Amino acid sequence: MLRNVSTYDPEEASLAIGSRTPVTKSLKGTSPRMTKAKPVSDPSADWVACVERVKRAQDRAAFRALFDHFAPRVKAYLIKSGADMALAEECTQDVMATLWHKAHLFDPSRASVATWVYTIARNRRIDILRKQRRPEPEDLAWGPEAEPEPDEIVGLQQDSARLGEAMASLPRKQRELIEKAYFGELSHSEIAAETGLPLGTIKSRIRLALDRLRHAMK
Amino acid sequence: MTQTQTHQHLAPPGQVTHHLTPELLMAYSAGTLPEAFSLVVATHLSICDSCRADAASYDTVGGAVLDSISPDAGACDFEATLARITSSPAQPATAQPLPDDVIPSPLAAYIGGGLDAVKWKKVGGGVRQAILPTSSDATARLLYIPAGTAVPDHGHRGTELTLVLQGAFSDEDGRYARGDVEIADEDVDHTPIAETGADCICLAATDAPLRFAGWLPRMLQPFVKI
Repeated sequence: MLRNVSTYDPEEASLAIGSRTPVTKSLKGTSPRMTKAKPVSDPSADWVACVERVKRAQDRAAFRALFDHFAPRVKAYLIKSGADMALAEECTQDVMATLWHKAHLFDPSRASVATWVYTIARNRRIDILRKQRRPEPEDLAWGPEAEPEPDEIVGLQQDSARLGEAMASLPRKQRELIEKAYFGELSHSEIAAETGLPLGTIKSRIRLALDRLRHAMK
Repeated sequence: MTQTQTHQHLAPPGQVTHHLTPELLMAYSAGTLPEAFSLVVATHLSICDSCRADAASYDTVGGAVLDSISPDAGACDFEATLARITSSPAQPATAQPLPDDVIPSPLAAYIGGGLDAVKWKKVGGGVRQAILPTSSDATARLLYIPAGTAVPDHGHRGTELTLVLQGAFSDEDGRYARGDVEIADEDVDHTPIAETGADCICLAATDAPLRFAGWLPRMLQPFVKI
């Protein structure tokens, strides 16, 4: 998990990928603003920087890095959830296109990029495989005058990374049960929410972000 | 045996006290609930930040599952994805203004507007209902119960979620006001009574037909779709 991330150099990647990918019309309009990702102790924060660059500068190198990591995982997730190869490919392209278009809606004080991509993929799965609508709670978005605090973002991202580590160290049976639930292999009445994972700090961090957001929206 | 599950947290008056269970929140996050149940959950989350944070933490588990999948299904077509981005430009965000103070946005999408747009049908005793269009594995309905009226005594074959949107009701298990959810399992027979004051409006989801005891002739059930 989180492989290859710490070695990802945005400057280098943008040269390498940007030079060999043709620039399509709609992606050309804005001049990419190259902001070097700050070195951080938590590698998953690099994904946050990538989404930020997709959002601010339609940065294709950053998008490519996100694509190379997440697209194969989204595809595997959809196949495990019952999609055939062709549908999974189609659906994954759709999920990644949504990531591009909705980058401005990503809130790093409430979700890691993996979590955000998961929710997009899950909603697509319900739509395509279960042929149902997915009711989502009311949108809450930070206005231009209020943005999440940097330390809230770092904290949430680090907690999410720790959750990934905790999951990797769960007994195999327990981990498989959680995976089954998320691949839709368990019915809702079979799902046991006691995961054995340390969710308390994440819950309270998200709650704090929501409180600040509600306050900012007043 | 009569048992109603609720997750009661201590909260100041006027706030949500009856919450969703961790199981329902995780199933919502995993995407395995019937659509009618998801609608109740999404509507509750729009009112209750505590459950919203809980649901988001289960999404984080989903993110960790996604991140740890071995990507063995093969590569994806990057160029085709770029072409898709170019050919289907972002849909401009259509932030719908909230129709009123009662109906949160996920529910408004199913009604096609606010309270004014609900197509109520009389059920009897002043009670009205409106079935909402969801997948057939469970049923979602809005219930309108005049203040001071008893909701007919009923049992369930499956699970029933009842979310209060306006007014309040009480039954054997407590008092339920705006944002509160009652989760009634099989074998629960209860008689909720709407409080005097405001008429009570609830969103209810059931995964099996209700069984009414004595209030509505059982033979009428297919016709009123309860």
